[in-house]
Amino acid sequence: MVAQPFVRIENVTKRFGRFTALDRISLDIAEGEFLTIVGPSGSGKSTLIRLLVGIDDVTEGTIRLNGTRIDTMPANKRPTCMVFQSLALFPHMSVGRNIEFPQKLKKIAPAARKARALELLRLLRLPEDYYGKMIGQLSGGERQRVALARALAFDPQIIVFDEPLSALDYRLRKTLEKELKDLHARTGKTFVYITHSLEEAMVMSDRIAIMKRGRFEQIDVAEAIYSRPVSRFVASFMGEVNLFEAAEEQGKARWGDAGIRALSGGLALPAGWRGALMVRPELLRFVAEGQGADFTVQGRVVAEYALGSRIQYAIDTLAGTRITVERPFEQRLAAGSDAPVTLGWDRDAVHPIAEEPRHATA
Amino acid sequence: MQRLESRLGFLSGLPILILLLLAFIMPLFVVAGFAIMPQKVFELTHLPDFSSFAVIWEQGYYRSLLRSLGLAFLTTVILFIVCWPLAYGMAKVFGRFTIVITLAVVLILFVSENIRLFGWSLSLMKGGLIEGYLRSWTGLSFETPLYDWPVIVFGMAYVYFPFMLFPLAQGISLVPDDARLAASDLGASPARILFEIEMPLAAPGIMVGSLLTFVLSAGAVAEAKLLGGRSVVVLTDDVESAFTFAQNWPLGSALSLMLIGIVALLVLVPVSRVNLDAIMGRKR
Repeated sequence: MVAQPFVRIENVTKRFGRFTALDRISLDIAEGEFLTIVGPSGSGKSTLIRLLVGIDDVTEGTIRLNGTRIDTMPANKRPTCMVFQSLALFPHMSVGRNIEFPQKLKKIAPAARKARALELLRLLRLPEDYYGKMIGQLSGGERQRVALARALAFDPQIIVFDEPLSALDYRLRKTLEKELKDLHARTGKTFVYITHSLEEAMVMSDRIAIMKRGRFEQIDVAEAIYSRPVSRFVASFMGEVNLFEAAEEQGKARWGDAGIRALSGGLALPAGWRGALMVRPELLRFVAEGQGADFTVQGRVVAEYALGSRIQYAIDTLAGTRITVERPFEQRLAAGSDAPVTLGWDRDAVHPIAEEPRHATA
Repeated sequence: MQRLESRLGFLSGLPILILLLLAFIMPLFVVAGFAIMPQKVFELTHLPDFSSFAVIWEQGYYRSLLRSLGLAFLTTVILFIVCWPLAYGMAKVFGRFTIVITLAVVLILFVSENIRLFGWSLSLMKGGLIEGYLRSWTGLSFETPLYDWPVIVFGMAYVYFPFMLFPLAQGISLVPDDARLAASDLGASPARILFEIEMPLAAPGIMVGSLLTFVLSAGAVAEAKLLGGRSVVVLTDDVESAFTFAQNWPLGSALSLMLIGIVALLVLVPVSRVNLDAIMGRKR
């Protein structure tokens, strides 16, 4: 990080009565970054962005933008703008008046306002004749774009998104995720996005911050979150990962499932290590018994799920551990359900997650 | 099946239809009929000569009509300003405490309007509850505010308060919190939010509340009589004396008809422009 980061959130605590929503969190955001905050409901992610835009006040701590404190500034004076989950478009105004609203407040001349509004409509791939339409005449995706246009018209230093895509259907959401990333690249604005979907975060973000009970669990680039989660919580966020209970024994990993064979010396672990060993479903493959991988285990196919380009298997080992395997569709097993199989994986596919994870600060 | 259902709809609507016809439409026609009769007749069998309207113009009855409308307008504006903060609180701030206010306001309605106005009259009169005690305790005295137009406006605002408050609260509850927050986030000051976001979005409630208070105030009788003591003559006074003291039904009918016509005009224009479905709970 540079000496003076663009946004610096420092030791921020937010309490609602006796409930602590945010517990001494710190976060730096770089200029032009696309940062996504991911967490389950009640993790404090919404609270954090409400503090950032000024809808709520911080209990303790400071928020600085370019070195200037903004946490004491009223919401209507801050150079931040939020795209609400409900979008919060003004239903009594036309699309044009919605987009021009922030410019009108800045006393920009009507002609310039309109020119900018039309420019934003084009930027967001909406037809120019939408200028005169009412909000009620628009589809969900179009409203989404108008809300974005209005935020951009405000010309904020930071645009904050409060799960704006969560109400949309899957296909539209996928399209808009990509458009948002594209828009971020074209405008160069700093985006702070919150969602409960890590998948959504992965598509768009430069960095991802995972929140749990008012604290950051991990803040890192998508690739690191994906392959090197610091805790079971982060690992479980990505859906189906295989976690094996394990402990250190004579410098090596003792896998919880007795059926797992280490063929080439096992996995080295520090003394006294306890925790879970994570193996991603796509890093498992079908091998011949006792060869072709650093670790193997025998099991039975319980179920098979076609996922389009990929295929997923639920496999029970002989010791009864459920393992998820994901392969390209071309590598579909010829044998059907209940067939005996041997799974294999390599040492570098294993990511150890120690108990008692440290709390991330970045 | 379809036909049976549509007939059921008609049949279930029949009682209220008959009631409306007999109790609402018919009297209106009778009033309209008398309005065009010659002066001081008691039958509708005469040739219409529209002389009542000439009398209204010549004898300056239109002045009391304007007075009525003016006082009603003033009452509506005052009530809107007074009720907005409370209605806002009821819709957005007070939470469960709202029910206490609602009950308090509704309980007032249980006491007859006339009794409440007499109460004010006794409180405000010279030597009444307020001035009398003040004089006996401090020796100070003040002129009674009774028998003038401001006290009539006060009385109407007092009596029609709930008719503004509840529709207004309902209207304000239609304003999404996010819209207000978003406007603030986009740089709007509280005043801007009030005029550009909250008031337009609460418009159905404002409209219903204003129309109720305006229509009721324009046709109010008791306030002018009990608090104004006939020092201020409003149109309803003229109507009453035309029907009773002057025994001139055509004049009274013509005056009523004018009030009905003008109020209807003032009401229908805004109603046609605002979506009343919104306040009835249907989504916009």
